[in-house]
Order: sequence, then C-alpha cells, then structure tokens
Amino acid sequence: MLNYDLVIIGGGPAGMAAAVSAKDSGIDSILILERDDKLGGILNQCIHNGFGLHHFKEELTGPEYAQRYIDMVKERGIEYRLDCMVLEISPERLITATNKKDGIFQVQAGAIVLAMGCRERTRGSLNIPGYRPAGIYTAGTAQKLVNIDGLMPGKRIVVLGSGDVGLIMARRMTLEGAEVLAVAEIMPKSGGLQRNIVQCLNDFGIPLLLSTTVVDIQGKERVEGVTLAKVDEKLKPIPGTETHYDCDCLLLSTGLIPENELTRNMGAEIDRKTRGPVVTKEFETTIPGVFAAGNVVSVHGLVDDVSKEALIAGKAAAEYIKARA
Amino acid sequence: MYDVIIIGAGVSGCAAARYLSAYDAKVLVLERAEDVCCGTSKANSAIVHAGFDAVPGSLMAKYNVEGSLMMEALSRELDIPYKRCGSLVVRTESDPREGLEELLERGRKNGVEGLEIIGRERLREMEPNISDDAAEALWAPTGAIICPFELTIALAENAAVNGAEFRFDTEVTGLEPFKTADGDGWLVKTDKGDFEALTVINAAGVYADKFHNMVSEKKLHITPRRGDYYLLDREVGDFVSHTIFQLPDDMGKGVLVSQTVHGNIIVGPTAFNIEDKEGVNTTAEGLAAINQKAGKCVKNIPLNQTITSFAGLRAQEDGKDFVIGEPDDAPGFYDCAGIASPGLSSAPAIGKALAEMIAGKLDLKKNPDFWPIRHGILKPSDLDLEQRTELIKKDSSYGQIICRCESITEGEIIDAITRPLGAKSLDGVKRRTRAGMGRCQAGFCSPKVMEILARELKVPMSEITKSGGGSKLILENLKDGLSEESEGLKAIAKWAADREKAEAAGKEAENA
Repeated sequence: MLNYDLVIIGGGPAGMAAAVSAKDSGIDSILILERDDKLGGILNQCIHNGFGLHHFKEELTGPEYAQRYIDMVKERGIEYRLDCMVLEISPERLITATNKKDGIFQVQAGAIVLAMGCRERTRGSLNIPGYRPAGIYTAGTAQKLVNIDGLMPGKRIVVLGSGDVGLIMARRMTLEGAEVLAVAEIMPKSGGLQRNIVQCLNDFGIPLLLSTTVVDIQGKERVEGVTLAKVDEKLKPIPGTETHYDCDCLLLSTGLIPENELTRNMGAEIDRKTRGPVVTKEFETTIPGVFAAGNVVSVHGLVDDVSKEALIAGKAAAEYIKARA
Repeated sequence: MYDVIIIGAGVSGCAAARYLSAYDAKVLVLERAEDVCCGTSKANSAIVHAGFDAVPGSLMAKYNVEGSLMMEALSRELDIPYKRCGSLVVRTESDPREGLEELLERGRKNGVEGLEIIGRERLREMEPNISDDAAEALWAPTGAIICPFELTIALAENAAVNGAEFRFDTEVTGLEPFKTADGDGWLVKTDKGDFEALTVINAAGVYADKFHNMVSEKKLHITPRRGDYYLLDREVGDFVSHTIFQLPDDMGKGVLVSQTVHGNIIVGPTAFNIEDKEGVNTTAEGLAAINQKAGKCVKNIPLNQTITSFAGLRAQEDGKDFVIGEPDDAPGFYDCAGIASPGLSSAPAIGKALAEMIAGKLDLKKNPDFWPIRHGILKPSDLDLEQRTELIKKDSSYGQIICRCESITEGEIIDAITRPLGAKSLDGVKRRTRAGMGRCQAGFCSPKVMEILARELKVPMSEITKSGGGSKLILENLKDGLSEESEGLKAIAKWAADREKAEAAGKEAENA
C-alpha cells in the first residue's frame, strides 16, 4: 500500500491547481490520479480561446491554459498517474484505483482533494421522445470527436440547449464545414456567455430559437430530422408550433452535472441543488480531511474561477495535513 | 441442406437454436439485424413471470410456468445474472376486490407454487414505498428478474459453440416448399441468396405473421403493441426490492416498477397498439402515460433519476396466445409466433419444445459433443483485490477502465468483441458488457469504445456503427486527404519535435 500526505482525484484544472497550491504551502508528498491519458482534463478538447483572461490576464486556448498548469506541476516535481481510475474511497481516506501499469492499487491519503469535474446531461435524462438512432451526441462528446479524433459526427446539425459548450460547438461544426441549422433553447434566455452568443452564433448567422425545444427525433438508424416546438411559460410544448428540420445530427448542450459518485459513496453530504458536496469556505466536505474543488462542487462558467477555488482548497488541505503532522 | 433454418435471432429463436444444438442437426439462424437480440427481445420488462397471469390451459400458461421453472438452472449453465426477487400484484382501494382472487385462482390452476394474498401490513414491511392506497397484494415468491440481452446472447453463443450457424444482416424474403432427396423441405430466400432446409422455425417476432402467411392458409395477424419504459439510475436502485405489478387489464399487466438484475429501477410499460412494425419510438403521449400511471401502487417514484427511456414492441397475435408448432397445411414449418408477454419467461420452454418437435419429426440423434456450459464475460468487479491483481498481471487491459459509470474495463470490451458471435457495434458492446449503459449514457466512453472496436475489427473508426446497417456514428474523417506531406501536418510535427527537444534540454539542465 502506498502512502501520500495528499492525493488529488482528477488532473484537470482544479486538480492541478490544488496540487500546485498544496506544494507551495509546504506539502511534498502529493499524488494526482488522472483517468485520462494526459493531464489537463476537458481543457484539452476546448481548442477555442477565451480562457485565462482573469487568472493569467491574457487570452489562452484550453490546451494552452492546461499547459500552464501542467508545466507548474512538472516544475514542482509533483507525482501523477495517468489512465488511472479511482474505484473507491473509504471515509478513512483509503483509495482503491486501477490502471494498466500498476494494476489495482491502494493509497492511504492524509488528505484528499476531490476534483473529478462534471458530466453532461444526456438525451435519456431529458426524456426527449422519438427514436434512438445514431447521430445524437452531447456537445462535449462531439467536441472530443472533432477536436481530438478529427471525426465529424454530423453534417447538418441542430443543437438543443444554449450552454457554452453548445454555442462553441455550433461555431466549431460550422468551421469544419457542417451546416448548423439552429440552436434551440427551452428557456426564454440563453444560459451561455453573451460573448459566446455573439461570437459563435450571431457572427455565423446561426439562429438562436428561445423558448423552443425538441419534441420528436426521426430516423430509425441515423438521425433524419427533428421537430422543434415553442414552449409555454411552464416549458410545455405548444401544439401547432411544430417545425421540422431535416438534419443528420442532434447535439445536446443542456447542462452539466457534478460527478460525485465517489463522494456520495464515501458518505459525504451532497447539496441537493448543486449536486456537489456541501463544503466549507475552505472547500472541506463534511468528511474531515476531504476537500473538493472546481466543477465537482458546482458547475463554473469560467475555468479561471475553478483555478482560484482550487488554489484555496489545496492550501486548506496543506494546512490540514500540517496541523496533524 | 440444413435440417433446420430458424428465422430470427431473438430470444425464442436463439433458445430454439441452443436446444437444437443438443441434437446432431445442421442448424442455421438467419437474422436481418447485425446482432442477436435486436428486436422485441431487447426492449421489455426483463421479468421472469411466475405464471399466474396467463389464462389456464393456454400455451402462454404452459410455457410460462415451465420456462420460469427452467430459468434458474439455465442461468447457471449460461453464466448470466438471475435474481428470484419475487413479485407483488398490488390491489389499491379503488380496484375491484375480486381482482386478486381471480389471479390467485388462475395461478393455482396454472401450477404456480407459493402464491398467497398478503395484507397491508406485511406489504408495507416488504416494500416501504408502497402507495398509501394499497389494500393488499398477491405475493408470488417464484417471480424473478433477468437480463434479456445476456440471456439471448448466452443462448446464441452456446448454440454457436455447439455447432449452430448464424448469419446476420440477412433478411428472409420468401419461403417455398420444395422436394428434396431427403423428403419435403423449404427453400428459404434471402437478400443474400437462397438456403435449403428440411424444416423452418418462424421466430420472426412482430414479422412472424408475414412468414406464416406465406405458407399457410390459416392466417395469423400480429399487432405490434408498443410499450414505453423509463430506466432509473442505480443511485435509487433500492426504491423497490420486488417486482410490483398493478392489477392487469385487457391491455396487459399495467405499469410495473421493478429492480433490474443490474440494480437499476425499471418503470413501464405503456400499451399502445400501433401499425408500424418498426415503431420503437417513444412518444410524448407514451412517456406522459408512464408518469401518470406509475404512481398508482408506489409513492414518490424518483422519475427525476431517469437515465434513459425506450420503447419495445410486443408481438400480439389476434388469438391472444402463443402460436407454437406446425400449421396443418404447412408440414415442416414451425411457428413460434405471437410471442408477446410472457415471451421472455417462456423462451427456454418454447425453445426446448420446438427442438423436441423437430427432433421427433426428423428423427434426430443426440449430439454427443453437446456442452451446455457457457462462460460469460469475465468481470473484474466480481473479483477480490488479489484475484483482480493477478488478472491484470496476466492481461493489463483489465486494469484500464473504459466505461466509468459502470466500471467496465478494456479487457471486458475486447472479450465482448472477440468471443463467438462477438459485438460489432457500440450497442453490441453495450448489451454484452454494459459499457455505455450507465448514467452518462456513453457520453465519455463511446469514442473510446469506437476506438477499441476499430482496432479489434481492423476497420477505420469512421466505419463503426451504433447498431449496424445505416447507423453510422461518424459522417466524415477530417484527416482524410491529409497526407504526411501536407504543410499543416509538417508544421505541427516540427512544433511537437521542437517542444520535445526543449523539454529534454530542460530535464538535462535539471539533472546537471
């Protein structure tokens, strides 16, 4: 069994900032466990710019922003393991994880920072009626396919939901030669950043249809079309307002959910509204010595805020460890 | 020349193939989809009914009770999950009083064991979330749950290793009687050529009437009856611990709430008679109907934890019973038609019965090499830490988690693709391993599973489908047409090389 003063679950922006901050607060024994094959988390697929304006006072792309922290982690000699999935964490902070190289292994941590990020809401949880053909993707999955794998999941696209990922992907797909027919938003206003509405939709002539949702998906094998309809103030579709769109792909950008299966199984209290753990202002959960930072706590609009919060959590975890040394 | 051609690789067809493979017979299964379990068998309540609901004397009653008794032993032979959780039919204050008595009486006539009517108190103890309005319930301890995909896949795999042939993406287009040297047989025409057989089993689900009517004057008529379902997150998997039925009516057994063998909660089905035999789309009307009906027997059902909704079709024949065996005017043609609920529960008994009928007709001998045991996909999550460590040492792919929601490893996915009748698509992998079946609904793992499929099947990633046919996942490869010589790629390669050099120089400086 391994022993570390601090183990950080997740090597995205939150995890890396927490590690850097803990190291700078005097903790040397730190291990980051990352499930992907590189550090950086979801920033790696966010190849657009607009990151870092607050935190680094300059405009960076996602991978550039990630690289700043990857460099900081490496400069400080902080240990990390990649392709590594944490299976379980006990309330006593015993972590069970697995990867190809090390097999199943256990780590006893003096303190933990949870930084698992969030996942996207899916078609299933939205209860959109219709067939279940190929061609329905969450915007983030499409982003991974296009930006990392160079694969286009569709050519004629309707986007449901005007979250930032959806807006970004409307532009991205257009730039890669697809036709984005519309972005539909069930609410009377978009939840995305104003600058994204301007730069991703308006500049490309993509219509944003407010108070509109998908009421049917056609196509038995591959998406062949969707039906959009206006909704009333209770968000119920209004009969007679249906419009059909011929498309081969439906992208969903309808919200992000903090990923807290590990947190919940540890027994930490979860906030029903944010779906993240209940935390103090030092970002300690209801389990002593277990901290949480970034989108695992609540979904943030800007990565800059994630870094800021994680720096506090990392420092607090360091103080916790030092107090018990 | 085949002894038997089976039309359809659903649960009934695969069960027939499996029991026929115990005989010395040449068996061919023809399936129009790319995999087994792609029609009615994949979208139902996943219940092994105890057998109290079917009309006494009907084939449904006979095969349901027999199938239910066979299922547990079969699940062990085939290494698939099965759980005898028991079922409850709940009568609420507003239901007719005699409803449960009738069911109890039917059940006894059908030979279902252990049935009893239990009162409000005991019902509440067994199911704390039962509705306040619940008056009493019929308790059937032999009711069980099963995974319909794994059952069908396991039956097919076992049939295949015992010699049955399977041809996928092959649609039967016609049937003609013809004389052979060995006696009367059937010419089975397909979009991939013609096949000859002494006997044919018609296990074509909602299309079984079409094939029957090609060969017999006594016409069948099957109505697809759509059922919509919700599947809830395992987080609320202990909402109920038994299968909870409402009192049945003319359209079926009402909306049930049950645990699944994988710890989710299933809620459904609705019942809509439709025309389209491919009409597996959920509708706003259907989903609203579940919302409205699901709460009749349980309270505070956590529908906000829905991870997916889906719809399936029951093959409802006009005679309201299974149609099993040879029509008088088509010898050598065996129907397995009208397999609506309780079809899944009955499948082993139907398959065995068909195999026996054909063995009698063709005077088949036992297959001396028949091996009834099948080993399922090895699941590292079933092992203890030490065993799991050993496994990863032998094969490191079992150390790599691909589907984070269900904790499915790369090793399991490779096994699913490379075993007999292996997976060829995203859905094929999902039904064999549960990768993509969890709360993120394949959001994170689908690109990775596509990569593994492409690698193992040696095809480009852009050719991987969701479920075969035209269900392509990728419409264009942006790297197509980019050659190694392209300016852009050269620039990227130079940038990467420079960066690596700089990093190496940095490290050297550090070491110095």
